[in-house]
Amino acid sequence: MSSSADRVNSIQELVDIPVNVSVTSDPILRTEHLSRVVKEKVLVEDATFEVRTGEVLAIVGPSGSGKSSLLRLLNRLDEPTSGTVYVEGIDYRQIAPRELRRKLGLVNQRPYLFPGTVEQNLRFGPLQRGETLSQDAIERLLSRVGLKGYAGRNVANLSGGEAQRVSVARTLANSPLVLLLDEPTSALDETSKREVESAIQRIVREQGLTCILVTHDTAQAARLAERALVLEAGRVLRHGPISEVLHA
Amino acid sequence: MLKLFFSNQLYLVLTQALVAALAAMVVVMLARKRGIHLESETLVAMLRGIIQITAVGSILLLLLRAPRWTSALLLAGMIVAAGATSARRAKGMPGAFRVSAWSIAFGSGSVIALMTWLGVIDTAITSLVPVGSMLITNAMNTNGLALNRFRSDVLAHVGEIETALALGAEAKNSVSPYVQASFEASLIPAIDSIRSLGIVWIPGLMAGMLLSGARPVYAAIYQFVVLAMIFAASGLTSLVSTLLIRDGIFTTAQQLSLQPGR
Repeated sequence: MSSSADRVNSIQELVDIPVNVSVTSDPILRTEHLSRVVKEKVLVEDATFEVRTGEVLAIVGPSGSGKSSLLRLLNRLDEPTSGTVYVEGIDYRQIAPRELRRKLGLVNQRPYLFPGTVEQNLRFGPLQRGETLSQDAIERLLSRVGLKGYAGRNVANLSGGEAQRVSVARTLANSPLVLLLDEPTSALDETSKREVESAIQRIVREQGLTCILVTHDTAQAARLAERALVLEAGRVLRHGPISEVLHA
Repeated sequence: MLKLFFSNQLYLVLTQALVAALAAMVVVMLARKRGIHLESETLVAMLRGIIQITAVGSILLLLLRAPRWTSALLLAGMIVAAGATSARRAKGMPGAFRVSAWSIAFGSGSVIALMTWLGVIDTAITSLVPVGSMLITNAMNTNGLALNRFRSDVLAHVGEIETALALGAEAKNSVSPYVQASFEASLIPAIDSIRSLGIVWIPGLMAGMLLSGARPVYAAIYQFVVLAMIFAASGLTSLVSTLLIRDGIFTTAQQLSLQPGR
């Protein structure tokens, strides 16, 4: 069993930036015939796709097409009615839900920050596993989302864009394998949207983190992602390189 | 004034009931003018209430000669009925009846058993059943308030709860603020009852004891005893029910199953 000092060190290593991790051909996440039907309403139907290590995949489609439902299935906040997800080749039903959710970190459309300071929010995830983030790690996470020096601020005094970036940093504090972003800028004004986008770009570029971005904004998808998956009425309509998919 | 018109006791009591019911219906009509419709629910509740309490009064008359163990049977029946009544306040929550019945049984049952064993509650049916029913009724109300508050709080904070889950929190930790708030809110009536005892409120039991010739100090202290027992029974019930229902709103994969519109 590792000591708490070891665990603190492992967090420090994980939040250190491994620069320019390239996209590999190994799928870090693969869905197989993933479906969810609630009261005879099809939310997601037979979704089969894979995400490779280090890539950004955009899930695009009109409102109500099942984008957020699909992301909830990946984080296992909802249960598939059929099909499954493989994370690093392991059926995700064999992974403890709490560990799975740490590995596939979800950032919601609304940030839902817990009352208190920015620092307390960042500490939340690691604390659930009995781990403590050091002050250095907190500052590194905040500087990655462009909020250096915000640790002691009360979350009640943050703007929408700042709150969303804290939400991203809070998820990153869990050192996820894949970052799931559910319309992270849809509730923001244009300036805040650019700030959040640039924070995401910085994280992806510097850390080489695998991302799945749900967005209804195809221009944003083109700016941030290499590949896209188009959903319509819960079904995968097209799937491939962003330029081909969006201009098809 | 009614006594001037009715010399027959039965007619007098029935008229008193009718006048009290009319007063309640006036309030219902006033509410109706403000667009709040309570007519059918209130009418049915009052009819049920008068039939049930008259039936129980008649049964109690019969029970005066019944063996003592029958009071346990009666109290068990009351607990089941109380469970069904307060479960209605937790619409859509899985296992609400089971949780309510077990919580009320544990909360009021353990206080009744302990206090009867200690001799605080007399074992005679005429004492055990009415005092026991007071504890069960209050436990039922507290349980209903706790479940209702918990349900509203969870439905209003689905985003926060799922955010905590998504960050790797244990299901029970993700709803702990709402468990605590529900427990505290459910005990407000019981605490206020004790706080206002004798100043705002002279309870029926004490009034009854005074009318039957008991010394005021004894009647007052016994009323406090009953209210303290009510608090203990209600608190235990709420504690158990909020913990049991907390686990019931999550699936085995720690997914929140209580969702708006589901």
